[in-house]
Amino acid sequence: MSKFKTKKGKESPAINTSSLPDIIFMLLFFFMVTTTMREVTVRVQQKMPEATEIQKLERKSLVSFIYIGEPKNSKLYGTTERIQLNDVFANVDDISEFVAQEREARDEADRKLLTTSLKVNGMTKMGIVTDVKQELRKVGAFKINYSTRKKTQK
Amino acid sequence: MARKAPEINAGSTADIAFLLLIFFLVTTTMDVDTGITRKLPPPVENPDEDIDVNQRNVLKILLNNRNDLMVDGKRMDISLLKDKTKDFMAIHPDNPDYPEVTTRFIEELGKDVPATKGLISLKNDRGTSYEMYIQVQNELARAFNEMKDEKSVELFGIKYKALLDKNKIKAINKIVPVRVSEAEPEDIGGN
Repeated sequence: MSKFKTKKGKESPAINTSSLPDIIFMLLFFFMVTTTMREVTVRVQQKMPEATEIQKLERKSLVSFIYIGEPKNSKLYGTTERIQLNDVFANVDDISEFVAQEREARDEADRKLLTTSLKVNGMTKMGIVTDVKQELRKVGAFKINYSTRKKTQK
Repeated sequence: MARKAPEINAGSTADIAFLLLIFFLVTTTMDVDTGITRKLPPPVENPDEDIDVNQRNVLKILLNNRNDLMVDGKRMDISLLKDKTKDFMAIHPDNPDYPEVTTRFIEELGKDVPATKGLISLKNDRGTSYEMYIQVQNELARAFNEMKDEKSVELFGIKYKALLDKNKIKAINKIVPVRVSEAEPEDIGGN
């Protein structure tokens, strides 16, 4: 009988996986904190123009979005450029009501700071954008942001 | 003798957490919204009333429905627009080809600073593409940002973006005001 035991034949111990859920939960919380919920389904084409002199939109809760572009489903809605407010297509006349609703949804103190972000497809003609801007001027929503992508440096 | 409660199998907690994780990955967006911020002018009360501005103080930029750019009556390539704007808005004392120069008192600095009366007027057609309009807005923004940077380096030795002192930022914004006016829309050139 030998004094030294041979390790042969012994099974390797199982890896402890009890901390796996914790790791996944950490990932989950990371994503919950850094991302925002998608609120509307965009029904118009959105290929933003590129620009270099861009600023970040600071407080997302104080931004309301207006989407303009050709409908994605051109068979159903045609190819004329449309305005989308929340989840539905709208006309220029609907903007005043939309802005009023957006204002209503915010605190009294924050209403002045409300920014309207225009998410316009690059191919759009300025006519419809001008109409929207005129309407915004009429209802007093002066702060606007032309949404653009950052141009990649050459 | 008290019976020992059987241990709960926690092996599937990871799967549940994974499911939640994937749900959040799908339903959320991470993109930061970026863009060019502008302030619209309040509506004019009397549209027929023309505000009298000296012609030499205005740099007229026109965009037609073929996306051509016209600056001061001459056709121009967009790559030259930034330098043209900077040149126009710079201080040129006693030069009749450039805007008038006045002095403005800047509280933050406690002294008078020469200021131009120049103004940029941007007018576009209904047929202009949005892409082109944004390019022009971007070039104008670039011109003003560069002018702010230059002024900031001259006065404080650091670039405008690096300024932390609120008073200094205010001072620069007063010395280099972004004066871009958008004309009341009207149809120029048929579609």
